[in-house]
Amino acid sequence: MRLLLAVLAMLAFGGPVYAVQPNEVMKDPVLEQRARGISAGLRCMVCQNQSIDDSDAQLARDLRLLVRERLAAGDSDQQVRDFLVQRYGEFVLLKPTFRAHTLLLWLAPLLVLVLGGIGAVVALKRRPAARTALDEDERQRLEALLKQD
Amino acid sequence: MLVEAGHFALALALGLSLIQFVVPLWGARANDPVLMSVAPSSALAVLGCVGFAFLALTFAYLTSDFSVLNVVENSHSTKPLIYKISGVWGNHEGSMLLWVLILCLFGAVVALARNSIPMRLQANTLAVQAAVTVAFLLFILMTSNPFRRLIPAAAEGQDLNPLLQDPGLAIHPPLLYIGYVGFSISFAFACAALIDGRIDAVWARIVRPWTLAAWCFLTLGIAMGSYWAYYELGWGGWWFWDPVENASLMPWLAGTALLHSTVVMEKRDALKVWTILLAILTFSLSLLGTFLVRSGVLTSVHSFAVDPARGTFILGILMIFIGGSLALFAWRAPLLQQGGLFAPISREGALVVNNLFLASACATVFIGTLYPLALEVLTGEKISVGAPFFNATFLPLVLPLLLLLPFGQTLAWKRGNFLGTAQRLYTIFGLAILAVLITLALTRGGPVLAPFGIGLGVYLVLGSLNEIVTRSWSRGKPLSVAWAKATGLPRSTWGTVIAHAGVGLVVLGISATAWDVESLGTLKPGERIGAGPYELRLERIVPRQEANYREDAALFRVFRNGQELGTVESMKRLYVTRGMPTTEAGILTSGLTQIYVSLGEVQPDGAMGVRLYYKPLVLLIWIGAVVMALGGALSLTDRRLRIAAPSRAKASPPVASVPAE
Repeated sequence: MRLLLAVLAMLAFGGPVYAVQPNEVMKDPVLEQRARGISAGLRCMVCQNQSIDDSDAQLARDLRLLVRERLAAGDSDQQVRDFLVQRYGEFVLLKPTFRAHTLLLWLAPLLVLVLGGIGAVVALKRRPAARTALDEDERQRLEALLKQD
Repeated sequence: MLVEAGHFALALALGLSLIQFVVPLWGARANDPVLMSVAPSSALAVLGCVGFAFLALTFAYLTSDFSVLNVVENSHSTKPLIYKISGVWGNHEGSMLLWVLILCLFGAVVALARNSIPMRLQANTLAVQAAVTVAFLLFILMTSNPFRRLIPAAAEGQDLNPLLQDPGLAIHPPLLYIGYVGFSISFAFACAALIDGRIDAVWARIVRPWTLAAWCFLTLGIAMGSYWAYYELGWGGWWFWDPVENASLMPWLAGTALLHSTVVMEKRDALKVWTILLAILTFSLSLLGTFLVRSGVLTSVHSFAVDPARGTFILGILMIFIGGSLALFAWRAPLLQQGGLFAPISREGALVVNNLFLASACATVFIGTLYPLALEVLTGEKISVGAPFFNATFLPLVLPLLLLLPFGQTLAWKRGNFLGTAQRLYTIFGLAILAVLITLALTRGGPVLAPFGIGLGVYLVLGSLNEIVTRSWSRGKPLSVAWAKATGLPRSTWGTVIAHAGVGLVVLGISATAWDVESLGTLKPGERIGAGPYELRLERIVPRQEANYREDAALFRVFRNGQELGTVESMKRLYVTRGMPTTEAGILTSGLTQIYVSLGEVQPDGAMGVRLYYKPLVLLIWIGAVVMALGGALSLTDRRLRIAAPSRAKASPPVASVPAE
């Protein structure tokens, strides 16, 4: 999947550097948990669609440390994210914000479902309704057939 | 010499597929059986030529012919034999050749099934299939020729990307391509039906096995790719919502929808127009996947090389086929007669809902994958759409679908009874809630929703199996009668039940990831690290020298509650030719649970960085997928599908064709 990226990261930075290193882990397990949560939603910008939590790249490591630094300084999760967006742009967020230019993106799933549902209902309604009773002509033919026996 | 012969065979195949494209189409129009009969024979000839070309390239790899550019770039004389063979498609040119080979293989099978398919339909289908072949052969010959020579020849090759030197490469791409390309047959049949302006239940009966077979292979291919990424990448993830993964997921979702709508069409002669459209869309998404992966629009290992000429060419193919087929659809679909009426609450209705949700899920993946590209082109703004987006949008669409699944499966055709159906599932609801409670009692931590995921999985597995029970067992009758009835049920019923139970297993496996435990540490020999109930002790680190790499292998002893379970080995490798390091995770499987250990950096004090994962029930994710594919395969052996081949059944000895039931 993202093998090449891992490869590129290794080529670019010498040896394999791994996602979260033992020496990066914060002492406070609650803060560390929050750091992992934030990291999973931040993109490693030199990678392909990989979070900094998963990435081996040096940049991801720097960002992980930065996130932890901000948390240790007392920032809230949102403040940490805002700080990174300010620095690196919206590209850093793996989950795009809900704004004008992402409106279509976020609403598309619901839109497709609703429009599809309406389409299906209309298409099924438009067909002639199922007839349960025989009309006069059919009844006469049936009687004629029954009389033949 | 053989290499030039292979090149020539490709050119010949191009000419032959042009004939296969034009002549039968004309024959079907003029109602001339002689012209129409050109289709099967030319399809076989094309397969012969492409097969020969493929063998010629394989031979160049086997003999390490370093006068061929493609071999130089992707092989090495010391590479193990299996990777010399699988390396043939471990690169752009070779993988496109494999793509076309499979395309021709499917064409040839349609050609051989001449007794079970009406002649006009077969001629038109093979003509459409040939059009696809022409396009991709042109693509190979003009932009991606694997037979290009290198003069003067190189003394040694540059080796295959080490991450691809894995048995996964021998299995994953062929399976995936059989799935991708298999949908070309449904596509060709759909176009043929549109060209002819005629479509009925017989069409659905003929097409369904092809769709089902392609779907089974695609399911296996995706599962295999996921497992490969899981054990090779070293961070224990199995699905990343990577664009390349999405590229294979989209045709799978559309194909799953197609599979279900074809059932409605076959049984009830309804949803014809929609089924045709789905057949077109499914293969269009396969083409789109090929474009995304091959063009280098997305840079990843699957792209191998980035070349704008190739991207443009495939984009052209994409536009011609998708645009062409949709135009054909818009023009001819109104001619198709609608049939088969049904009430909203019925099996048909449930399958419409199934299609609605699957199509919406597919659209979500489509938009999420392409939106960043489109936005950047249109406004220059760069955004990322990653796993958190898909988890937030895809899952809510899949959840109702899963909840409704056992309902739909239980509803009667034409006119169903919602309350009656719910009554039949009461016990299953109860058992699912019990499963949630037991999970809550037994586990600590993990997201709140995880126990409900377990409940959903149990509900799906039991709800699917419930169909067998309700159809065979009744109160007061001896079990032997129930058994006889159960074994007498059609295989397609069993196939449905098993495939749906497989979905439940996948849900169980995914839910259980909530209780994964991850441990990081630095270890010296003799020291221990723990995760969940397991503990690992680093025994020693052994350096080794192999043919094309050298490695440091760390040997761990695994304990569970103090008891030794065995040993597991994790490696750090350096592939000498490319100077590229890789890691090989050490995995110990205990039941459905895995212990996963990968190595990190060596610390300044000489201790080894270690990542350890405890992954309870993780194997269910892939086992579930395999069970789904097995269900599909079982359905393929159903007598109902074989009835589509009446004359062949007559010709074969009766003993062989009598089903077990």
